[in-house]
This record gives sequence, structure tokens and C-alpha cells, in this order.
Amino acid sequence: MTVALIIEQILNGIQLGTMLFLMASGLTLVFGVMGLINLAHGSFYMAGAFVTAIVAATTGSFWIGLLVGTLAAAAIGVVIEFTIIRRLYDRDHLDQVLATFALILIFSEGTYMIFGSSPMFLSIPQELRGSVNLPLDISYSKYRLAIIGMGIVVAVGLYLLISKTRLGMRIRAGENDREMIGALGVDIKTLYTLVFALGAGLAGLAGSTIGALQSVRVGMGEPVLIMAFVVIVIGGIGSIKGALVGAVLVGVVDTMGRVFLPMTLSNFLPASQAMSIGSSISAMLIYIMMAAILAFKPNGLFGSK
Amino acid sequence: MKKQMKLGLGVLLSSMMAVAHAQDVKVGMITTLSGGGAHLGVDVRDGFMLAIEQSGKTNIEVLVRDDAQRPDLANSLSSELVDRENVDVMTGLIWSNLAMAVVPSLTRQGMFYLSPNAGPSDLAGRLCHENYFNIAWQNDALHEAMGQYVRDQGFEKPFILAPNYPAGTDALTGFKRYYDGELANEIYTQLGQEDYAAEISQIRASGADSVFYFLPGGMGISFMNQYANSGTDIPVFGPAFSFDEVIVGALGAAAEGVMNTSQWAHDLDNATNRAFVAAFREKHGRTPTLYASQGYDTAKLLISALEVAHPKQDADAFREALRAANFESTRGEFRFGSNHHPIQNVYVRQIVADGAGGYTNQLVGTAMENHQDVYVDNCQL
Repeated sequence: MTVALIIEQILNGIQLGTMLFLMASGLTLVFGVMGLINLAHGSFYMAGAFVTAIVAATTGSFWIGLLVGTLAAAAIGVVIEFTIIRRLYDRDHLDQVLATFALILIFSEGTYMIFGSSPMFLSIPQELRGSVNLPLDISYSKYRLAIIGMGIVVAVGLYLLISKTRLGMRIRAGENDREMIGALGVDIKTLYTLVFALGAGLAGLAGSTIGALQSVRVGMGEPVLIMAFVVIVIGGIGSIKGALVGAVLVGVVDTMGRVFLPMTLSNFLPASQAMSIGSSISAMLIYIMMAAILAFKPNGLFGSK
Repeated sequence: MKKQMKLGLGVLLSSMMAVAHAQDVKVGMITTLSGGGAHLGVDVRDGFMLAIEQSGKTNIEVLVRDDAQRPDLANSLSSELVDRENVDVMTGLIWSNLAMAVVPSLTRQGMFYLSPNAGPSDLAGRLCHENYFNIAWQNDALHEAMGQYVRDQGFEKPFILAPNYPAGTDALTGFKRYYDGELANEIYTQLGQEDYAAEISQIRASGADSVFYFLPGGMGISFMNQYANSGTDIPVFGPAFSFDEVIVGALGAAAEGVMNTSQWAHDLDNATNRAFVAAFREKHGRTPTLYASQGYDTAKLLISALEVAHPKQDADAFREALRAANFESTRGEFRFGSNHHPIQNVYVRQIVADGAGGYTNQLVGTAMENHQDVYVDNCQL
């Protein structure tokens, strides 16, 4: 075990955290502002990836694909909010869960009917292939480094949007008191649609960037969605800051656990046993962490209520 | 007049009996046609149907059902085919967990089952049955052959990885059965994992001289894609399951140069195989995978045994005919071991550019000759 390996794994963890942040920020905004539990958030992630793959294949440019994919996910978000989600704000959480779960099934089956079951291929743009050499003899994938950079840009952008703009002020007001802001003459319906589209667009952006690393296929959004829920529960529901801290925490703990838990166990146990026990425990690690944090801070790290 | 009618009736009756006597055969095929593993089932089915069509036999009816890779559904489909449709032979299952849920109860009822893909160790050993025939391989075969090949090529520090589930542990156990040297590391990933950054960093840091992985389906595509883009250039080895023509097509340049073991290759040089590959390409417009060749061989074996006897009318003769394996296989010579699993060569293929902008597998050598599974000793047949 070298210093280089440890630093590389921390970078891997932060990169995973960045992706989770893109998913979790939309999820937590929608919950915080509209009080809506949106299980179909992973479908926007998948939609962004599919659109990016198609556009990148036809135009030959990953970047155009990324842009169109993100916008398409946001546009689908607007349509879904307008037709379905709007009717759910006043319902209780169980109805919301049922309706958005139905959306997952519709999206998955629909995508399956159009594109079939074999995964689509989206390749990393030429200029970000290969790796860069960092100090301490570390070589790290350019693309993953770029993802971390993009995450920082998005986090700063969201911070500025929420704390410095009029729209952000309304979002914060909406989080605090939904009825009051409506009574004050703010067009609450448009605000909701905008917030929902923002969340869907961020999920689409995450799906598009990750699609190039993994495979673009039906059902790719659900595993990420589960982790994103863990992130917002740890961070405190409704808090963007919580989503950021939670995402990086979950990303780093998950990655480090996967690598170093089996290694540590192999000091006491036979190698193959240590490997299988270690990888089983590391799969549970983020949930154990969530339980531990909730035991001390029932509202999450930055939860308000 | 009356006599004539009687005669006519008699002729009609006897001709109907003759039709029945031409031995209609119903084949039940439960396979995976939807979900993430669908391309395996589709190819098994297409290969199987191609052989039936080519034989020109109109008395064989194949009932195809989709199990969606769900054991419970496979089980109820199997009851439907056996009890309601009264099929004579069953075949088609892709996944070992589904085979374990369905096959033992079928063979216990006296039904014949011909496996075109799944070959779990229990069905080759402890639970082997006189009515169970596996035309593909025992699950460990391709991993074992790769272990042998990596050792023969003089690699001394392979890094091996597989998902943490029964077939994954079997794969690495199979590899280690014939590769007896030192390992750089052996790791189990999560089933369904899509991001392999942590594992690839570990591979680089381990000082390995080769990588062996078994990651079926989308997992393998993600891994290979990320591996190729990480700039790591340690040579990669794997079983053909991770590098069939569909996956190679999805991976593109990322998989170039990878070596994989298979009991069959589309450029394996024998007359039956050349004809099969040409006919399959003509009919479906794509290069067959190993799964298609397995489906094809399964149907050829079935047809050869039906020439001798009908499974319901003379089960013993039918079984003997299956055991004799008197058919022209796409793998060349084909024979069964005492546990009804193949004894066969396992070849090595390399992924190369096909000259038309795509990539394909090319046969480069033989990893093991006349390979037989180790579970045969536990089988009482």
C-alpha cells in the first residue's frame, strides 16, 4: 500500500461524490422546495445518457451530445412536472412514491421498447482520454479529473444561484414557507417547474458524463438513485450544503471501504475469505454510516427541522 | 357404397395414424429474451431454430418462452410446457440459477433436458442425471482453460477479479485450478457494479503482469472501457462470456488485443462451422456468438437422436442416441463424458480489427485439448 494508491483512491472517492452531488442536489431541492419525494429522478439520469449517446453518435461530438443531453433531461423534466408531478404536491408522500415509481417503470419499459436491451456505447472525448501525471508519482485519468472539476463548477454555480440571485431567494423562501411566498404574489407554479427542471437537468448531466465511463442502458439510474437518497438523508433533507458534504463523504467512504477493508481483513483471515467478507461488508458500509449519523443527528448533518 | 365408405374411413384413419406415427415432437424452450441478458437467449434461440429449419423436419414444433431471467417465472413456464403443452423435450435455459431451479425437478419426472448454456457444477457432479445433457460446457471450463493458458504463456503475477456471487467465485476457483503460481491479487467486486476506478488503481499499484476478469454483461463493458481509458497497458485475459461478438461490438477499440477462451470460434475451420456461420450471417445479418453455436449444436444433437427414437415412446433408445452424439458439430468432433458433459478443446481467441471499422474475435490457438470437468468423479452415472 503506497501513498500514491491512497491518494488515487481519495480522488476516485471524490469523483464518485461529485456524481452523487449532481444527483442529490436536484433531489434535495425538489424535496426541500416542493416537499416531493421523486423516485423517478434516476430516469432523468438515464434519459440524459441516452440522448447524449444518440447525439454524440450522429454528430460525432461528445460535447454537443453532453449539452443536448442535459437540456433534453431538463425539458423532459418540464413536461413531466407539467403533466404529472404538479398534481402530486398536495398529496401525501405515499401517493408521490407510488406515482413516481410508476414513472420509473414507464420510462424503463419505454426506453427498452425503443432502444432494446443491449447497452449503447458512448465514448470519452478524444481530448480527455488517457491519464495525467500528478506529483508523488500518481497517474490519474484525465476524464475523471475533469468530472471533479465540473462538480466544483456546478457546486459554486448552485451556491451563487441560491444565495445571490432573485430566483435563489425565492427558492429559499419556498423552502421556508410555501403558503406565504404564494400569498406574497410570487408565481409559485413557475418556480416549481423551474426547480424541477433544474434538478432534472443536473441528473441528466450526471447521466451523460457517467454514460461515457460505464454503459448506457435501461435501468442505469436506479443504483445511483439509491445512493443519492442515502446522501440526502445523511446531509439533511433540503440542504444543498448537506448534499455536497454527504456526497463527498459517501463517495470517499464507499471507495475506501471497497479497497482497504478486504486488505485489512486479509491480515487476520485467509485471502479468499477476507476478500469475500470484506467486499460484502464494504457494500453495507454507507448504510452503516447513515444509521450511525442518524443516531446522533436525526435530521442529518445540515438538516433544519 | 357402404363398403367404400368404410374403406375410405379406414384409409383416413390409418393415414391419420401414420401422421401420428411420423412422430410429432414438441420441444419446450425456456430462455431469456428480455432484460440485460437478452442477447444470450436470442442467439441460443436463433441458432437452434436455424438448425431445425435447415433439417427440413416439419414434425418438430418448438414452443419458445421468455423467462426474463427470473427463476420463479422459469419454474411456472416449465410447469405450463410440461403439464399443459405436453412437450417431449426441454431446452433453452441460459442462467445457472434458473437451471438449478428448473432442471432437477424436470429430470426427476423423466423429462429430457438438453442444456444449451448453463452448466452449474452440481448438475455435472452430485446431481447429474441420465436425462440431463449439457451441450455447451461445465461452467468452469473456459476459466480453467484460461488459467492453463496464462501459465503456459509464462505470466507470473496475474491480478484476478470477479463479482462476489457464486458464478464469480467459481470462475476464480476454476482459474486457480490450472494456474498454480503466484497471484498479484484476487478481488471480488459487487454484483452489478459499474464503476471500477478503485479496482483499476489497485491493478496498477499491484505490479501485476496480467489481468484476468470475469464480469458478465454490462459490468464487463464498463470495466474494459474504463480500463482502456485509464492508460493501463497490462494485458487482459478473460472467458468468452465477457467478449462475445455483441460485447466486442459495444466495446470497440477499447477491447483490441484482449485474449479470451472459448470452446468455439466463428473462424474455427471445419465444414459444418463454415456453413453455419455463413447461413447465420445470411439470415440474421450479424456474426453468431458462441451462444448461437451452442443453440445450433443442441438442435443438431436433438435431431440426430430423433432419427433413432422418440423420447416418449422409447426413452432408452433416445437416451443412447443422445449419448452417442452422432451429429456434425460446429466444434468439429464432439463427444460426451460419462456425466453427459462435453469433452472438448478450448481455444484462445484475440480481439482484432475486422478491416471494416469494427472489431471481432480471431482464433489464435488452443488452450487445452480434450478438456473435461473435474466434477465427473462425483457423478454416479
